[in-house]
Formats: sequence, structure tokens, C-alpha cells
Amino acid sequence: MTRVVVDPVTRIEGHLRIEAEVDGGRVTDAWSSATMFRGIELVLKGRDPRDAWAFTQRICGVCTTVHAIASIRAVENAIGAEPPSNARLLRNLIIASQVVQDHVIHFYHLHALDWVDIVSALAADPAQTSALAQSISDWPLSSTDYFAGVKSRLQEFVERGQLGPFGNAYWGHRAYALPPEANLMAVAHYLEALDWQRDFIRIHAVLGGKNPHLQGFLVGGMATPVDPDRQASINMTSIQLVRDLIEKGRDFVSKVYIPDLLAVASFYKEWASYGGGVGNFLVCGDYPEDDGPQARLYLPSGVLFDRDLSRVHPFDGDQITEHIKHSWYTYEGGDDQALHPYQGETRPRYSGPKPPYERLDTDAKYSWLKAPRYDGRPMEVGPLSRMLVAYASGHERVRQLVDHVLGQLGVGPAALFSTLGRVAARGIETLVMAEKMVDWLDELSANLTRGDLRIHDNSKWEPASWPREATGVGWHEAPRGALSHWVQIRDGVIANYQIVVPSTWNAGPRDAAGVRGPYEEALIGTPVADPEQPLELLRTIHSFDPCIACGVHVLDKSGREVARARVQ
Amino acid sequence: MGNAHSWLTAELERRGVSRREFLSFCSTLATALALPASLGARIAEALEHGEKPTLVWLEFQDCAGNAESFLRASRPTTAEIVLDVLSVDYHETIMAAAGHRATAALAGVVEKLRGKYLAVVEGSIPVADDGVYCTIGGRSALEIAREVCGNAAATIAVGTCASYGGLPAAAPNPTGALSVADALPGLDNLINMPACPVNAENLATLIVYYLTFQHWPPLDRFRRPTFAYGKAIHDNCERRAHFDAGQYVEAWGDEAHRSGYCLYKMGCKGPVTHQNCPQIRWNEGTSWPIGCGHPCIGCAEPDFWDKMTPFYAHLPGVPGFGLHTNVDKVGALTALGVAGAFAAHTVVQIGKRRWHERSAAAAAAPKSPEKGGRP
Repeated sequence: MTRVVVDPVTRIEGHLRIEAEVDGGRVTDAWSSATMFRGIELVLKGRDPRDAWAFTQRICGVCTTVHAIASIRAVENAIGAEPPSNARLLRNLIIASQVVQDHVIHFYHLHALDWVDIVSALAADPAQTSALAQSISDWPLSSTDYFAGVKSRLQEFVERGQLGPFGNAYWGHRAYALPPEANLMAVAHYLEALDWQRDFIRIHAVLGGKNPHLQGFLVGGMATPVDPDRQASINMTSIQLVRDLIEKGRDFVSKVYIPDLLAVASFYKEWASYGGGVGNFLVCGDYPEDDGPQARLYLPSGVLFDRDLSRVHPFDGDQITEHIKHSWYTYEGGDDQALHPYQGETRPRYSGPKPPYERLDTDAKYSWLKAPRYDGRPMEVGPLSRMLVAYASGHERVRQLVDHVLGQLGVGPAALFSTLGRVAARGIETLVMAEKMVDWLDELSANLTRGDLRIHDNSKWEPASWPREATGVGWHEAPRGALSHWVQIRDGVIANYQIVVPSTWNAGPRDAAGVRGPYEEALIGTPVADPEQPLELLRTIHSFDPCIACGVHVLDKSGREVARARVQ
Repeated sequence: MGNAHSWLTAELERRGVSRREFLSFCSTLATALALPASLGARIAEALEHGEKPTLVWLEFQDCAGNAESFLRASRPTTAEIVLDVLSVDYHETIMAAAGHRATAALAGVVEKLRGKYLAVVEGSIPVADDGVYCTIGGRSALEIAREVCGNAAATIAVGTCASYGGLPAAAPNPTGALSVADALPGLDNLINMPACPVNAENLATLIVYYLTFQHWPPLDRFRRPTFAYGKAIHDNCERRAHFDAGQYVEAWGDEAHRSGYCLYKMGCKGPVTHQNCPQIRWNEGTSWPIGCGHPCIGCAEPDFWDKMTPFYAHLPGVPGFGLHTNVDKVGALTALGVAGAFAAHTVVQIGKRRWHERSAAAAAAPKSPEKGGRP
């Protein structure tokens, strides 16, 4: 039995530590620990709820839109503001472009190096690489000369002896299975994706002023005026620019990302049997297709239990609770309790080892993440959950693409409940959203043509128009899964703010009953050929796309000072 | 040298950048730094023939927004070369190695390149309770920062959290979060690059400046390079004429808003915020916050989460609307004014105490512009 510790887990957002027991070349137990805490919800107390989106946005600079969106929705829900149609469309476009860009970056820059051996690419034949690339896609950058150029650039880079971010890695590990040509193709696309993401995300600059941390959000609507006849508004010039960027984005996804995903996955089919996780999936749904609180959602909400795709349960926010038995917090009524977010309380109380430390006491408390549960059960959230619920709900485009991908790989739907399933679902969702965006842009354009220039519900802007006390929840499907913000407003300021985050759902520790969270469960059975180089462990963890800064949060409901942390 | 030269040439070719475009970029850079354009050739030479200096990028109480921002560097083909011109040996968000192999890479840099590498810090450093609020590899952020920044040739604090404490340090600062300057008092050669996040263009420019001249540009009293933070947003704002003419947005989406009038009444903090957003804009010059219709929130200023909020309360103390408003006077009045408005909320006390401490520390600190100097 070997204890493997990976800290820091790199190529993620935030600070994550994984401890795992490895026996006979397999993971037999695992613990997921978040090692950073800021206390943003505490900072929010007493502030203007119209400012909250900017504060919560800074929870994460990678998924830089998600907490802003959930926050304005929560406050709107509380005060009864109704964003007009144009604001809904602008938000849908912003959310979808975030998902598309984030997933591409995840595939190429955060996850690929678990599957792609950069050093092996040096042995590739550019002509064969070209043949491979042209056999799977008509993407134009595929000539022998092109790949020879990439190879020589890589060669010089390696020969200079300064490997920079690629230094000290696991190159040559026997778990790398791609032939050199596939590795070279992937390296070329790693570099192309760097350029592509920078260009594509200009959509956010057009619609929100800048990225990261776009600034066009407002409670009640959006701050980006629309007017076809004015230079300082979103007009037909900006719509055309966004249209071009969407088309280029869709091209890259359909002609580079998806073919690469299928090519890489075909060499790693055994990963369809690892990383299954808890088998329960939760989706709150997103992308309202009409205005008002009962809007139809393009990606539907729903809950699946025990990998049963034949029955989609309706999603019910009342079923959410959070545990802290193994988290560095305490509850007034005892640490075995499970509290709904509206009753939620968070008193940080560190009881781990004093740094510097080698090992966490994983029998006790071991993470800054809480452990959310739905109907008492651990749930996986994210692209896989969304695609499964959409698939099981009969979403036409999702069904087509899921069936296509499964067919290409020659596997059945059961393969989706795996590390590879998460990778595939993320790619499928990227294409679904890249294709859908243009519909919302057309709708926005049609509104402008009709003379509908409203972007904001001014009637609820002034705090005097709000009830003295109000509570609201904002739901959002972030790239990494279901996100909810819960706000309580009193006398025009925030009395309480609670956030339940995708990476809290997925990366959280054990609950009061000792049941593992999704990361922990997914690691069970993962092969580890060399405990000194736990590459396989990273594959499964990265398949969730961890975003740990998002996951850690705190709120003291009653407004008391945060309890002083006690160090053992 | 030849190797480096051919590498850069090959990279430029791969990216379809001609030699002429590259030199033009270097001249643009010289102009952005307010240097004679003839220095463009010198910048180009430094980029082409210099050894790849090592850079390590530390993340503490951060959101990775500055790391993401750097990936969006504008003038894409050339700005990314600036990335490649460095050897980024440690950067948790992008590096291939994980766990002890990652921390070993960092330790190797500190040991082998003592006094020669650049350290970038993103995020604040929590010092309360022995640093338990941020650990990496079992070590506290403070311990890591002391070792890595203390042995670096220079440290660049990117973003408002590393520069001033930022959001984690906003009242009531639950974790004792500090800026790099406050967590490591006496640290020499520290540059602050605030804003939330830092504009990639400014960071790239700073690094190129350093590689070219082997010293840092002139800094202001907050240790910010004056090329990026030397003027108020208001001074260069494309909507300034509307401010001077008394033309203001009164409601979101009204005709004035659609026409691009001044956002002062909607809470704009441009008059008291120093950064070059209006000139370089964001995302390859595509837009910027005021350009898209939202007021500036003052993200490049110290303690903006406490002093610039509520964001939609307009700055008080502007002596009438109209021509020839003295922006410096406006600035002196406003920060206090907004903080005063915020004092109605209970959370301000700790923030104010921290501000006074910092003010005292800033007054006691040596004036930093001497750290820069002429080329």
C-alpha cells in the first residue's frame, strides 16, 4: 500500500491536493482537498446587492462570467427585476462563448498533456502527420510543410534545453499511447488553440468590454446599449464582428477539436472503463429561450440517479444540502448536520496540520470545500451531466452528436460513465453551443431591426423600489456544472450570501455519513503504473476540469465574526 | 546566440510575421513606453539575442484571472513571442508537471538561478493563523513567497490582489490577506501591476522593457510603472468631451447611453483611476469597459473594493458639470467621499484601519521612482 500525494494538482484553476492509497497498481481510496480559502461571501455582507456580481465574478478568472451571471440572476429573483429580451440574448451569447472557449482551453491546454507526449512528437514523420490530419478533417493547416515547421520549432525548443512549462513532466511514461504523428498533430493544435482562444474571446470584449472579468453586467439587464443607428452601441457592425467570430469558433470546434478528440480517444478506449464516479448527475438547466421566470431552457434541467438514463427526475433546489463533517468549518448545531443553503452557515475552523506539513489527517477534516448533497446523495455536475440529461430528455441535437461519437468510437452509452465519457461530453457540448449561438445573434439582430432597444428593467434599479426583505436564488450552468447563488437582502443591503459551486459538488470531501465525493469515488480503481508519476490519476481528476477557487467559499449567516481558526 | 536568433526567426515565420512587422512592433512598444522610436531596434535586438530568462509565476489567493489575461496578449503574433522569449519554469495553471515534480522545478530555479530569475506573484498572501488559508505542497503561501521572491532578481505583483491585497483583503479581510509589498516588507525590486486583471499588454510591455534595458521603468509612489498608470482614465476617456459638455447618461439604455455620453452619473470612477485602458483598450484593442457602456469601477486603485463602492454611486465633490474641471481636485475629494458613503455599512471599520496602516507604511517607504531611471 502506497500513499500518493499530488499537491499542487496543476493545469487547473486553484489549489487542489489529492491523496490516494495505491495497492497492486490501482487506487483503492482517495481524498480531495482544497487548500485555499478567501471568504468572499463574508466580504459581501452589508454591501449593495447591485455590486455583488463584480465581487463574486472575481471568485474565478478562468470561468470569468459564471458568478456574475448567477449573482445578477439571484438579485433579480429577489427584487423582482425582469431583464428584457435583449439582455437575455446578450447573456446567452456571453455564457455560450464562455463555455466554448473554456472547453477548448481545457482540452488543449489543461488536459491534453495527460494524453499527448510532447517529446514523442519529435519522432514524428511530418508527411505521415499530414496524411493523418487530412484523413480526419479538412482543416486547411495540414500540409507536410506545416507539420515539418511545427516539428522543427519543437526541436529547437527542446534543444535549447529550457523546457519551461513542459519541464520535469512525465514524458516517456508508458501510459502514453499515441503514435508520434498523433502527438505532433496535437502539439500543432495546442499552439493553434492558443491563438484561437485569444481571438474567439473578443466576443466578450464586444459584448462586455473586456475579458477576463467582463464588465457589461447589470442587475436587471445589461450595460451594453443596443442601437443599429449609433456608433457607441451594439449595432450591425458589432453584430457582424460577433457573427464572424462565432463562425470561426464553430469551424475550429468542428474541424479541429472534435476530430482531435475522436482521434485521441480511439487510442485510449480503456479509459471508458475508469473514472466512473458516483453515477448520479445533476443539472439545473440554462439558456432561457424566452423571457420571464418560466422560460423554456435550451439545455434542460434534470437529475439522474444510479446511471439510469431511462428516468429523468425533475430538479428541485429544495433537495440541496451541504455537509461539513470533513471540511474545515463548524456548524452551530453540530458538524453532523446537513443544511440547505438558505439556512447555511459557514464558520471556518481550521483543524489540519500546521504548515509546512507532509500529510493531512484524512480521517478528520481535510478540505476547505464543503460537501454538497442532493436528496442526501453525492452528485456529479458538468458537461457530462448536462449531455446525459439532455440525451435522456430527448434533446435532438445532443442525441445526434452523442450517438455519432459513440458510433465513431464503437462503444455503447455505458462508456459515457467514465473519464473518457467526460472528455467526450465536453467536446459534444462545445459543438452544440458553438452551433446554437448564431440563433441568439439572429434574434438579437431581429429585435434591433424591429426597434426593440431595451436592455434593462429600470423600474427596479433604485433600492427604494425593493421590498424591505427579499430572498432570491440564481441558477446557472457554468462550464463546470450547476451553480447557484442564494442572496438575502435586508434594507437594501446584503444580509446573507451563499454560493453552491460546481467544483464544490465534484471536488468536495466525504459527507457526514462518510460517503465519498465525485472526484474521490471516480479515482477508485484508476490504474497507477508508477506511484512516483501518477499520470493516470491526473487524467481522471482533469476530466472534471477542476476549478477550486470557485469551490471554496464561506458565509456566516448570522453576521458574527468568523471564528478564529484553531491550529493543532 | 545564433540558435536563439534562428529560433525567433523561425517562430516569426511560423506565425506569418514579417521582419518588418516585428520591427514595427518593437517601435510601437518603444512609443508606448514614451521612448524615442529609434530604440525600437534596440528592443528588437534584445529580444532576438538575449538568453531566455527564467520566470516563475506563483499563484496564492488568486482567481487565475491574471494568468488568463496574459494568455490574451494583444498584437497576438508578437506578444506571444514575448511569452516564448521567457522560460516559464513554474506556472501552476499551464505547466505539465504536477505534485512534487512541480515543486521540484520551482526549488531548482531558486537554487540554480538565485538572484537571476523573475518572480511573478498573482493573488494575495494570507498571514492570519500561520498561513493555513493558502498552502501549496503543504507549505504556506508566505513561506513560499519569502523564499522565491526573496531570491529573485525582481518580483512583479500582477493584478490588484498581489499589488494591494485586493478582494481577499476587502473588509473584513477574513484571512489576513496582504499584498506582496505588505507581506514581504523590505523586498527590493518589486513592481506592482494592478488592475483586475492586469492588462496583458502592460505586462508584456514591462517585461520587454526589462529585457531590453536590464532595469525597470520609472515607478509612481505605488510602485506602478508610469507608462501604464501615469494618467487618470478620465484624462484620456473617449467620452471626456461629453463630460465637459455636461452630457450624461441618466438611465441604462436611454438615448444618452446609446449615444455614448459620459457615465459619471452612473457611478464612473474614471476620474480617480489611473490606468491606460482608454488608450490600449482590451483584447487586441477590441473594446474596454467604458467603451461597452459600463462605468469604470476603479480596479487599478488601492482598496478599490472598499473605496470605490457602491459602484453605482456617483463620485461626489465634482465642482459643477462643465468645462475645465480640475480632475486632480476631483480625485482628492472623491475617494474619501465614496468611502464615506460606504461607512454607512458596518463592514468598513477594518478596511479603514488597514487603509491608515498602509498610508503610514507608504509614507515611510522610500520614494520608488529612483528605482527606474533613464535608458
